[in-house]
Amino acid sequence: MKLMWFHLMPYTELPDDFNKKHPSVWVDIHSSLFDPHRAHHMYNDFMDELEYAAEVGFDAVCVNEHHSNGYGLMPSPNLIASSLARRTTDTALCVMGNSLALYNPPTRVAEEFAMIDCISGGRLIAGFPVGSPMDTCYAYGQNPSSLRERYYEAHDLVKKAWTEKEPFAFSGRYNQQRYVNIWPRPIQNDPHPPIWIPGGGSIETWRWCAEMDYVYCYLSYYGYKAGLTTMQGFWNEMAKLGKDRNPYRAGFLQFVGVAESRQQALDLYSEPAEYFYGRCLHVDPRFALPPGYTTEATQRAGIEGMMTKAANLANPSTKAALKATNMKDIVDGGYVLIGSPDEVVEQIRHVGTSLNVGHLMLLLQYGNMSKDVTKYNTRLFAEKVMPKVKDLFGDWEDKWWPKPMAKGQRAAVPAFRPQLAAAE
Amino acid sequence: MPNSLNGPKTSTVEINGFPCRVWTKGSGPKLGFLAGLGGLPRWLPFLDRLAETRTVIAPSLPGYPGATGHTELDTHLDWVLAVRQLIDKSGLAGADLLGASVGGAFAAEMAAIFPAHVRKLCLIAPFGLFDDKEPAADPWAQRRDNVPGLMCADGAKWTALVAPPDGANSVEWPIEMTRASEAAARAFWPLGNTRLEKRLGLIAAPTLILWGERDAVLPPSYAKKFANGINGSTRVQTVADAGHLAYLDQPDAVARAVLAHFA
Repeated sequence: MKLMWFHLMPYTELPDDFNKKHPSVWVDIHSSLFDPHRAHHMYNDFMDELEYAAEVGFDAVCVNEHHSNGYGLMPSPNLIASSLARRTTDTALCVMGNSLALYNPPTRVAEEFAMIDCISGGRLIAGFPVGSPMDTCYAYGQNPSSLRERYYEAHDLVKKAWTEKEPFAFSGRYNQQRYVNIWPRPIQNDPHPPIWIPGGGSIETWRWCAEMDYVYCYLSYYGYKAGLTTMQGFWNEMAKLGKDRNPYRAGFLQFVGVAESRQQALDLYSEPAEYFYGRCLHVDPRFALPPGYTTEATQRAGIEGMMTKAANLANPSTKAALKATNMKDIVDGGYVLIGSPDEVVEQIRHVGTSLNVGHLMLLLQYGNMSKDVTKYNTRLFAEKVMPKVKDLFGDWEDKWWPKPMAKGQRAAVPAFRPQLAAAE
Repeated sequence: MPNSLNGPKTSTVEINGFPCRVWTKGSGPKLGFLAGLGGLPRWLPFLDRLAETRTVIAPSLPGYPGATGHTELDTHLDWVLAVRQLIDKSGLAGADLLGASVGGAFAAEMAAIFPAHVRKLCLIAPFGLFDDKEPAADPWAQRRDNVPGLMCADGAKWTALVAPPDGANSVEWPIEMTRASEAAARAFWPLGNTRLEKRLGLIAAPTLILWGERDAVLPPSYAKKFANGINGSTRVQTVADAGHLAYLDQPDAVARAVLAHFA
């Protein structure tokens, strides 16, 4: 099993009365809440944490893209990934990802990802989300009725830009370019960097991932219990399509808080978890469902009840209705796994096997968790949980993992001093 | 309802290979109606008033109830040409044209770009302009319970427009309502601004501009911007106790004003 360390980069100082005074953490969150001098420290703490996770042995560090968002301070995850490319050596860099339809022209993504792949010596995982309604339709003004078509076309263009050897003209429905010829080119060129698709529970996305042989990632904030039905749906669809049950076809996001004991975990992680599920997910439902964002096929499936409760969690308005904001419900609901190392081992093995997920993306920082607590959580997980879960799925080959340059051929990065981070 | 004794005659025309429903009722000179947000999920008392003295022809825009094909339309030119075909195939070329809200923006385009196609023009709170000093509301970012009050001065009028009728397919009806909203969004996302102000000066048809005085989507002050932009003789009339879809709030008053203008 691959253990990947994911950072959302939440603004950690939303006020206590945030939910009362502000309608939404996303889209129209007020600028007066953002203190750039505090954000300077947050960004540097967050990047320290990502570097620390790489240092203690996580298989990958993961970053993602959000816009006008109080719990996601990475409008450009590529900026963070390029810094991580210099400050990590062997860890995969999972950019989860770039919302393709937001880039004009989309070849920008092909270029920037190729840069990260070159700088890192071939360690990039290229995530291509459609993007949430809040990010794409509201913050970035994209038309919800054509967003998916734009996304698929941009995907075709980026992939062709990576793989086509000659300059070519692209005459698409939404993009027209006379000279597509990206420089630089990705190191991973057989045929291109691994492509992972974060998505909700739509059958169309599952089928597309199977057809393209991409990793499907279900990035819910609601944990393994709510995710079970979606992942079962995914595997049922794979079986129908004649695909094997290789767990590395899938990724899944899970919050974790590990400590010496369950009580200590509750003491340490209740506040940041309640901050996240309370303030960070306080999204005005008016931004949840722009017309056309959800395909008619998915609407039909939802209305007909063919998709069960958990699959409907892909629908943000349903999510909002279900969410718990106190630690007892958060833990009971499986949103956050907590406990002693051995208790967490048992739960992680259960998550991996019950969902059949080989790529587990872990949120070990959430809400207003401090750097010290984050590093404690990260270190304890790396030392006492990771060794007891890594063997899972050892019989399967991960065909979707980066294939970097041989270690001896890669550049030495002179200023990288991991001992400073470790000593703090 | 369309199939009831007093309902309109239903026919279908094809636009870009997709069906668009056309409702026709009444007698007398033809009067075309392009509906506003939500389209025409059902026949309206307002249209009955018009049909007392006119042949009312109401074609559904692509994606509106009774029509599909909006997903083929990528640019504003695509939309304008689809509406032009809809006008032609509904037999409305040269007739009086009434358009409301999103339908109003297209009615204005018809009169501007194809002047021979429109005898007299009436616009009810048309889309097409945006003034950042007086921004229009975002009809596609609303909590569900806010929508009726945004669309009409009396929210119950909107609720009645979109409520599933007896015997409606419980799966397809809500999808059809969402599709109408998507179609409008496809044409007017994100601000409702189609740069119509560049073409208003081409409108030579005598024009009546009606605006609900309590329009919560488009500020009633926009009426003046339209009037100032249009070249032909233009009159602005405010409709009391009416919101954005004034023809739902005040069917009699709006019908009287429309019929007087088209007389």
